[in-house]
Amino acid sequence: MPANPQLNANGELQHLLSIEGLPRAILEQILNTAESFVGVTEREVKKVPLMRGKSVFNLFFEASTRTRTTFEIAAKRLSADVINLNVSVSSQTKGESLLDTVANLSAMQADVFVVRHGSSGAPYLIARHVKPHEHVINAGDGRHAHPTQGLLDLYTIRHYKKDFGALTVAIVGDVLHSRVARSLIHGLTSLGVPEVRVIGPQTLIPAGVAALGVRVFHDMRAGLKGCDVVVMLRLQNERMNGPLLPSAQEFFKNYGLTAEKLALAKKDAIVMHPGPMNRGVEIDSPVADGPHSVILPQVTFGIAVRMAVMSIVAGN
Amino acid sequence: MTSRLPDAEALIPRLAAELKGRVTPATAMIGLHTGGAWVAERLHPLLGLKEPLGLMDIAFYRDDYAKEGLKHDPKRTRIPFEVEGRDLLLVDDVLYTGRTVRAAMNELFDYGRPRSIALVVLADRGGRQLPIAAQHAGAQVEVPAGKRLRLKRAANGRLTLELEDAG
Repeated sequence: MPANPQLNANGELQHLLSIEGLPRAILEQILNTAESFVGVTEREVKKVPLMRGKSVFNLFFEASTRTRTTFEIAAKRLSADVINLNVSVSSQTKGESLLDTVANLSAMQADVFVVRHGSSGAPYLIARHVKPHEHVINAGDGRHAHPTQGLLDLYTIRHYKKDFGALTVAIVGDVLHSRVARSLIHGLTSLGVPEVRVIGPQTLIPAGVAALGVRVFHDMRAGLKGCDVVVMLRLQNERMNGPLLPSAQEFFKNYGLTAEKLALAKKDAIVMHPGPMNRGVEIDSPVADGPHSVILPQVTFGIAVRMAVMSIVAGN
Repeated sequence: MTSRLPDAEALIPRLAAELKGRVTPATAMIGLHTGGAWVAERLHPLLGLKEPLGLMDIAFYRDDYAKEGLKHDPKRTRIPFEVEGRDLLLVDDVLYTGRTVRAAMNELFDYGRPRSIALVVLADRGGRQLPIAAQHAGAQVEVPAGKRLRLKRAANGRLTLELEDAG
C-alpha cells in the first residue's frame, strides 16, 4: 500500500484528503497557485479556460450550502462543468451504498469528486476506489479534516502576515469537534509557524492535542497575549447546554472574542473565523465587523484556493 | 557553439529604436513570464511609455494542461492599466511554436478589447505550429535539432541567449 494515498507515483497531488501528511512543497504550490487565481477573481472576466470539458461532481452527503457554493463557483471559474448532488436526500435514503453511488457517477465520466460526508474517512474510501484519472477532494469528513478550509486559512495568514516563520497563532473555542482546527494545526506546523496555541475549556480541547506541537491555554486572556493571528471556531448550537458547556452566555464570557480581550493580542493582529459565525457566542459583533477582522476576505480567498486545488489535482 | 548566438544585450537597444516609431498615446506593454518579462523590463523604460509595465503568466490558458497539468507555480498576471482600446506591445523572449502567444492573446481578451496587438520578441527561432508572426524580432536564430533556445538572466541583470538540450 502506498505511504500517502494523496500523492501519485511522481509525488504529485492526486487527491486532497487532508493537510496532514502533505509535503511543505505541495502546500506552497497550492498557496502560490491560489495567489495567481486571486488575480483572476479580481478581473472583469473571472473565468479561465483551464478545465474546459472536465466534470466536477459536488457530492454532499451532509448539507453545507456555503462550502458547496464556493466549490461550485471555483469549478465554474475554471470552466469545468459542475453537477451538484445532494446525496443525503436521494440514493442513500433508497439504500444505495457509498461506493455504488460513486461507481454510478464515475460511469457518467467524472473527473473530480468533491466530497462532504458526516463520517470521518469517507473520502479516503472513495479515493481508494476511483479510476486513475479521477480525483477526490475532501470538503469535510466527520470530525476529521476540512483541508480546503485549512488551506484558505493558511492563504489568508500568508496574505496579511507574509512570513510564517515568526508568527504566534491562536485557535480558540471548540477544538474538540472542529475539523477545521485539525487541518489548520497541521498546515501551520508544516509551514514553520513557531507557536500555535489552542484556547478553550478543558471539555472542548481534545486530549493529546499537545502532541501535535501546540500549546494549550484554558485562560483566554493569557493565550491571546502577543498573538499575530486569532482564529475563532464556530460553537455548534447542538453543543450548547449539553454536558460539555453550561450555556452560551457563560461560554461568551470566558471564550468569546471581545475588543477588550483582542487588545491583549498584537496591535496588528488579524481575526479569522471559518463561518458561519454565532455573534455574541464565540465572537462579539464589533470585533467581527472591526478593523482586525479578515473574515470576509477569507471567503473570497477560499474560491481562489479551491480553484488552485482543483486545477492541480485534475492536471496530475 | 554559443558564439554563433546573438548578444541579447545588443539586441535590446536595437529593438527599442525600432519600436519607437510605433508608439502612440494608447501604447502599453505586456511582458510574458519569465523571459519575456525580463526583456520587457528593459524595453519599457527605453520607450518612455506612460502606463506601467504589465506582466502576464499564461499558465491558465495553456493548450497542454490536459497532458501536462500545472507543473510550475504560475506567477500572478498583473495588468495595471485598461486593456480596452490600447495598442499593446506583447513581449516575449523566444518565438517558437506560437502556442504561448495564442494563449497570451486569449488571456488578454479576458481583460478587454485592445485596439491592436504587436508581437515583439528578442529572438525568432522558426518552427511555428500556428499562424502567428512577430512584428518585431531582434534576431532570427537557427536552432539545431534537439536543442532549445533559452534566455538567461545573471545576478547582475545581464541577459544572454543560450542553447540547452531540449528535455
